[in-house]
Parts: sequence; C-alpha cells; structure tokens
Amino acid sequence: MPLTALVVYAAPSVPIDWSPLRISLETSVVATVVTFVAGMATAVWRQRRTGFVSALVDGICLLPLVLPPTVVGFFLLLLFGRNGPLGKLLMRFGATVVFSWPATVIAAAVVAFPLMYLSARAALEQVDSRFFEAARTLGASEWRVFHAVALPLAWPGVLAGTILSFARALGEFGATLMLAGDIPGRTATIPIAIYFAVESDDIQHALTWSAADVAISLALLGGLYYWTHARGRGRWDRR
Amino acid sequence: MPLEVQIEKRLPEFTLDVTFTCGDEPLSVLGPSGAGKTMLLRCIAGLERARRGRVALGSRVLFDSSKSVHLRPRDRRVGMLFQHFALFPNKTVGENVAFGLQKLPRHEQQQRVTALLERTRIIGVESRYPRQISGGEQQRAALARALAIDPEALLLDEPLSALDTHLRSQMETQLQETFAAYRRPALLVTHNIEEAYRLGERMLVLSRGRVAAFGGKDEIFRRPPSLEVARLTGCKNFSRARMISIGMVEAVDWGCQLRVAHELAAAVTHLGIRAHEIDFVEMNSGAPQENVFPCRLVRSSETPFRVTLYLSLRQSGGATSENSSFDLQAEVTKETFRRIRERPLPWLIQLRPGSIFLLPDESSQQS
Repeated sequence: MPLTALVVYAAPSVPIDWSPLRISLETSVVATVVTFVAGMATAVWRQRRTGFVSALVDGICLLPLVLPPTVVGFFLLLLFGRNGPLGKLLMRFGATVVFSWPATVIAAAVVAFPLMYLSARAALEQVDSRFFEAARTLGASEWRVFHAVALPLAWPGVLAGTILSFARALGEFGATLMLAGDIPGRTATIPIAIYFAVESDDIQHALTWSAADVAISLALLGGLYYWTHARGRGRWDRR
Repeated sequence: MPLEVQIEKRLPEFTLDVTFTCGDEPLSVLGPSGAGKTMLLRCIAGLERARRGRVALGSRVLFDSSKSVHLRPRDRRVGMLFQHFALFPNKTVGENVAFGLQKLPRHEQQQRVTALLERTRIIGVESRYPRQISGGEQQRAALARALAIDPEALLLDEPLSALDTHLRSQMETQLQETFAAYRRPALLVTHNIEEAYRLGERMLVLSRGRVAAFGGKDEIFRRPPSLEVARLTGCKNFSRARMISIGMVEAVDWGCQLRVAHELAAAVTHLGIRAHEIDFVEMNSGAPQENVFPCRLVRSSETPFRVTLYLSLRQSGGATSENSSFDLQAEVTKETFRRIRERPLPWLIQLRPGSIFLLPDESSQQS
C-alpha cells in the first residue's frame, strides 16, 4: 500500500523521461551476462587450485566489494582514460569508453562481479567432486563436465549469485558516475537520475525513480527467495 | 589385453609403491582402510597423477612418467565404479547410463541403454532419479553406466560397502556374472576378506602402500607369505616362534612345542593357525597324536551359526584360572560345539602340522 501511495504521490505532472529506466535495465542485463560468464569462469578456474596465486586472485576478485565505489570508479577511469593502458588500446580502434554507455556496463559489471564469483565458488565447492570425476571417466570433456554436471548441481547457488549481481548492478552509482558521468538518455541510470533530481530539488522525479528502484529490487529479491527456497531445488531432489 | 601397473606416488603417511599385472580376469585388491587401495585405482583411472611409473593396457600406454605420458581420464577408457556410486542426481537412471554414449545417435543410445539395464538386471527404473531407487538398483545403474563406454578395464572401489547386508550377497552374484561376461582386466578394491576371496580369481594384498602378497587367492590363503598377510587374510592366532630342531618349533606365546610340516627358514619369526583349523580331538583315540594339547575355555561368543571359543593352553587352575587372557581362538559350528560340550574336561585340541603357518615378520624387519 505505501508503495502505491508513493507512486501516486510522485506521479509527475509533466511528461516523464523514461530513459533512466531503460538505460538501467539494459545496463544491468548486459552487466549481469558479463559478470555471469566472468564469475563462473573464475570460479571454475579456482576450483581445484590452492596456493599463493589463487589466494591473490581471490583477493583481487573481492576488492570491488570492499572498496568504496568511487575508488573503483577512479581506478577504472585511470585504466580506460585517454592515457590509461586500456584506453590507449581502444583508441587504436577509434573507440572511447569513458562517458559512453559501455562505461555504465563496465562499472556495473566490475562492482557486481564479487557477488557472482563468491556465490558461484561456494555453490561449486558444495558439489561432491566425485560427480565431476565420474563424468571424466565416462569420456566427458571439461566443457561437458561443466554444463552437464557442475552447473545443474550448483544451480541454486549460481542463480542466487546471478540475481544478487543483477540487483547490485541495478543499484550501482559511484563507479558509474566516475566512469560514465551523467549524460541524459545515454549514461544516466536510475540512481544517477535520482542523485541529480535531488540536487536540483526535483522531488517528484527523485520519488518516482526511488519507487521504481524499490519495486524492481523487491521483486528480484522476492523472486530469489521463491526460486531458492519455496520452490525447492528441483524435481530430481524429491523422493 | 593385460593391465600392467607400476606406480609410485608419495602420500602423506607413506609412499604408494605398487607393481602388478592383471590379466583378463578379476583381481581383488585387499587391504585395511588407508592402505592406498583407492589411490591406486585413482592413479589407474588418471584422476591422480603418480610421481613415477607406467600404466598400460596391452600396447596402449595410459601413463608413463619417463616419457611424460599422462592420458586424461576421458581418453583412458577405463570404467570406474565409485564407492557411493556417484550417480548424477539430476539425471534419470537412463540419462546416467547414456552419459558416456553421447557420440552415438539417439536411437542407438536408447538401444544400448536398454541392453545395459537388462544386462545388469534393472528394469522399469529408467526414468526414475537416483534418489528414487534402492541402493541395490543404484549400484546396478552405476555398473551399467561404467560398462556403457565399453571400458578396456574396470575398476570397482568398495562396490558393496554402501549396501545393506541382505543386498550384499545378491550384488555379489551380480558382480560375479558381470565379471564372467566381461573377460577383461577388472580390479576390485575391498577390505572385506570374504568378498575379496569370492569375487577375485587372483588377489593382491596391499599394506601401507606396498604389495604384501600377489598371486592366486588359494595360494595366498593357504600359505600366506608373511605375518602381515596372514593377519590381513583373517588368521587370528599368532605366536612368536623359536626353532628347536628340524621340524620342531617352540610357540613362545602359547608355551608349547609344535611339530611343523614345512621347512623352517631363517627369516621365520612367527607361527600362526586359522581359527577354523583347530581340531577338537577325543582322548585315547588310538595312535599317538601330534601337537595335541589340553586347553581351558576362557569365554565364547556366538554368531547365528558358529561359535568362537577363546582357549587358554595354560592349565594354571586355582585362583588364577579366572584370568581372562586366552592363547587361541577356535571357530566351530554350533553342532560341533554341542558335541564338544559333552566331553570331559580338559578338552583336547590338535594343531595339525600341515595347518601351521610359518611366517616371517617383514614389517618389523623393515622398520
């Protein structure tokens, strides 16, 4: 009820620019896909390894979780800027990342990555490694071991990680602002739109976007709970 | 095609150092838990890499440390049955069995799955999930899955240990049938003496990573080469041995002298006799008998069909006779026990010279 009231109260009298919603969703979807692939790949790589290198990789992977998003954004700016190593490389192909839509994706993906990685790693570690070994003795390639055995068995944890990553990408603000800026219609995501709406005393817009964010996040987290708990693991797990 | 194995791998507690050849017949690998049995199978399957050695199936080399050959498990075509079967829980029995048949066209996969399930005698569970079928069915399904890839060797890791007792003998028969039809090298790891004897043609006894005995199972049970092997093959009675004269030996721990049938080699430190080889004889039964001693019953323990008698050879009597230490364990049927009970005390036992093992204690010599 309060949510509906909020939306009704916030309903603006002037036609609203819906681009932040579109940009936010597009950014989050693409960033989640990138994070999913990168997070799963890193988790699989990490699976059977111990030692200094993998511990270091672990540390680097988790940094975006603990650093202030502004610091992450600043590092990304150094990396992708005019004089940054990746920025220079991209310049050769005539592409710039900073203050473009891909920048919102990069920022969101980097910040969401630790959640995906942590969840995927924990989920894979919980699967009995004898299933993988059995698959290998039956002639399966590593790719088949992954998609036919590891992924289905680790699925609840992987799904949780994916949804958390999406939610985190949707809420990303600091790093996005640093790397992508606030270009209406191109890089202005919902959180950024809210920030600048508040700054310019546009309470109606701020409320509208806030309500939208609450609604999407609530739906996602509710869905997460439903998928991982209420619905059960799957038909193969029932007697 | 024989399976030739020579493996050296350092483990936390000891080094696994095993060399043997397995022909086209089942070989049981017997050893206590932690002897390196499972590690041996894992090295052959390629799930672990040995430090040194060579594993070959006929002319096909699976592993050779000197040539840096280490085939991946998927390229070895070695079927493995895991201890708790490791059936994929998210796949039906049919999908599990078909897992190794992916390269075949669909209808051919289906035919093979049906044939394999018939061969392992499970019908009607093809579309069920592993959790929905019994332990025996799971074992059969896992066996069918391992056989599906038409493996050139079969490795079974404690195949019966996860089953209830009443299922074991049933599954044992199943395995015997499978081996009879398979006719390729098959290794069966177990810590159960009876399983090892019934399922293998030949036997390898493993102890702390070393081959303690390797050969025909009857030979190993009849003449165990060492104290350790005698113990691992279920011999219960041991005594330190001291030679007195040719053919005569003193059983130090039992306090008696025994006539023995075999030559006493210098390395012999112990002697032993199996619990069921101890005979109860009647007094005055004519000709003088060898190795007959009076004994005293310390206690007994019954199983449904047999009785284990704990005997003392010392007739100390009096106050110390309540001493519960025993020298020998004898195992007799309940029927025999009923007959013996009728006899006057003290009972007489005979340790026939041919039944006495003369054993070197290799483990103490090495350490």
